Amino acid sequence: MLKPATKTMNMIEAINSALDIMLAKDPDVVIMGEDVGYFGGVFRATAGLQAKHGKTRVFDTPISECGIIGVGVGMAAYGLRPVPEIQFADYIYPGLDQLVSEAARLRYRSANDFICPMTVRSPFGGGIFGGQTHSQSPESMFTHVCGIKTVIPATPYDAKGLLIAAIEDNDPVVFFEPKRIYNGPFTGYYDRPVEPWSKHEGSDVPQGYYRIDLGKAAVVREGAAVTVLTYGTMVHVVKAVVAEHGIDAEIIDLRTLLPLDIETIEASVKKTGRCMVVHEATRTSGFGAELAAQVQERCFYHLEAPVERVTGFDTPYPHSLEWAYFPGPVRLARAFDKIMKD
Amino acid sequence: MVQSTKDNLAPLHLHIPEPKFRPGDVADFSDIIVPAVDAHPRPDEHVMPADIHPLAYGLVRVLGDDHVASGSWNPGLDVATLKVMLRRMLLLRAFDDRMFRAQRQGKTSFYMKSFGEEATSVATTMALHFDDMCFPSYRQQGILITRDYPLVDMMNQIYSNRGDRLKGRQLPIMYSAKDYGFFSISGNLTTQYPQAVGWAMASASRGDTRISAVWCGDGSTAEGDFHNALTFAAVYNAPVVFQVVNNQWAISSFSGFAGSERTTFAARAIGYGIAGLRVDGNDPLAVYAAMQWAANRARTNGGPTLIEYFTYRGEGHSTSDDPGAYRAAEEYKLWPLGDPVTRLKDHLITIGAWSDAQHEALLVELSEYVKAIQKEAEQNGILGHGLHHPFETMFEDVFEEMPWHLKEQCAQMLEEQEDKFGPDWEAR
Repeated sequence: MLKPATKTMNMIEAINSALDIMLAKDPDVVIMGEDVGYFGGVFRATAGLQAKHGKTRVFDTPISECGIIGVGVGMAAYGLRPVPEIQFADYIYPGLDQLVSEAARLRYRSANDFICPMTVRSPFGGGIFGGQTHSQSPESMFTHVCGIKTVIPATPYDAKGLLIAAIEDNDPVVFFEPKRIYNGPFTGYYDRPVEPWSKHEGSDVPQGYYRIDLGKAAVVREGAAVTVLTYGTMVHVVKAVVAEHGIDAEIIDLRTLLPLDIETIEASVKKTGRCMVVHEATRTSGFGAELAAQVQERCFYHLEAPVERVTGFDTPYPHSLEWAYFPGPVRLARAFDKIMKD
Repeated sequence: MVQSTKDNLAPLHLHIPEPKFRPGDVADFSDIIVPAVDAHPRPDEHVMPADIHPLAYGLVRVLGDDHVASGSWNPGLDVATLKVMLRRMLLLRAFDDRMFRAQRQGKTSFYMKSFGEEATSVATTMALHFDDMCFPSYRQQGILITRDYPLVDMMNQIYSNRGDRLKGRQLPIMYSAKDYGFFSISGNLTTQYPQAVGWAMASASRGDTRISAVWCGDGSTAEGDFHNALTFAAVYNAPVVFQVVNNQWAISSFSGFAGSERTTFAARAIGYGIAGLRVDGNDPLAVYAAMQWAANRARTNGGPTLIEYFTYRGEGHSTSDDPGAYRAAEEYKLWPLGDPVTRLKDHLITIGAWSDAQHEALLVELSEYVKAIQKEAEQNGILGHGLHHPFETMFEDVFEEMPWHLKEQCAQMLEEQEDKFGPDWEAR
């Protein structure tokens, strides 16, 4: 069988390609958001799409996240498949009621009378000197809401396949894009030159349509000593630290936080007997707490050490001190030391 | 630098709005200005919003104190249509009475009547096309009644019984009926406003001919969603009709807490550059005419309109509050704009098309009709009496396909039922 034509893409190009393909494939797909139209988005994710697909398919909106998401719910109720962009995840809160009380519950409260096949894309995470309003990772607010799926890719290949699957999903999806790795797989060593995606296998992206089913994790490194559960930017940081310290870790990129791929997690932790959960978001009530609880419920008698959490600190994301906040190589190395000693 | 002036001025004080009348007072509404019929004549449907600002402060009226319909807003409905309108408002009133009583009898948890504001859901819906999408708040059951939605299905929903199309998930009266152009009601206020705009934008982008209509109350115009929706509708010229049912009260808070001491709700339209109409909400013909004007405007790419229906909530907010605890008794009887049902009845009698005897007979007929349907609905059960949807349906429709964690939790819930009711619980 012939390998499909591929192209080296960074994550922005892969997302743009997914949107382009879905706009062409499905006349119900509509893209809207602040600056996404003529200009093509502040991160260029929608560049060229309005010119190609027209102004009624890809358009700018008022600066009103409540309006953007609320209008999206109404479009979905009509029968469209809206893909709104919230410019930064930090701006999603004005739209929270429309997501939590409306989009997420519409199918349930109407007993399937109305549905909301909407995918809300939003860049999230820090490490770009964005300060406390351009760096947050609010994913656990959405995994806590029943009726929303939460998806976070870590490579261009996954970003495209997951985004296509999210758009085709008949339930609302929050699709968080780790903006620190839009242009290259960040290793956590902020003082080293950025490595471009072209040097990473995850940048070899089919040019046409393909999908990666939601709810399936990826084992990005097989290992026997410890399981690391992570997603987004932290996948690459963990990989770098593991390589540097020669740890035989099994690294699982969750890709979809909800529904969670519990089978992959359970099998891995039972094999390694140790589990570390890693995310950039603040620690308390973060998604790591849910992962730790799931692991102890299902794998307690296989565990040789307490589940270790490596996360951002419980402070707003500080501007000048962001690398003291970020769960980088030092914090990870200390956690590996601790979990491997027990 | 400006020196501090604090020594020279009276201290600042904070204004907390207060309604004019409280329990024990006798309400006096003589300060409410009721303009003459046609004080502001009906403009062309494609008028520029800036040219009709007075309509946002006036009061569109068709039925005069003499019960005669007149003026440029008179929709000229034939007698048969007027009788259908009266019948629907009376059916709504009979339905409300019956269901309110059912709640008092412990057959359900909650009910909300629309007494006194029936015209704002019945007459408006009659002026729309059947396939236009309505985005109601919680007090527009008149839409369903006007579109001939089965009353038994409404009651099944109120009883959350095994016949409930919503599987017993929603608070009573939070209907959903897509086939009848009736959007799922939320309990969160005014969330339907931007949704109605989105629906209308979708319709416009598809070259459809359908428009959307959305309702909220005076109090909930304070929600951000209201203002976001008006911004979007103005920006995209969306074919949507916004309606504020100003019934003066948001539970116990009078409309002053939504800003009515300073301006009208219709005047909110002015800042957004959309058409605004203030309408006598207890004049069914004026309500019909306003919706007809706005719907025609929307359907011909004239854009959105904001209509305020000036009316009065004749009874409590819901079965859960006692209006006697926060407002003057008898306010409704003293309301200067009367009662919408009585006004339509008086109009029909005045034109020789109706009589008191016919009216009394119709009241009896509708009351018996609703009672019979109530019996039918109660065959499917009442709230808390066993005849609900199967337990496992609780986990359905969270997602299109049930993920593993909900399957696990569903199994746990079923085991709990066995612990609670014994091994043969499913057969019982």
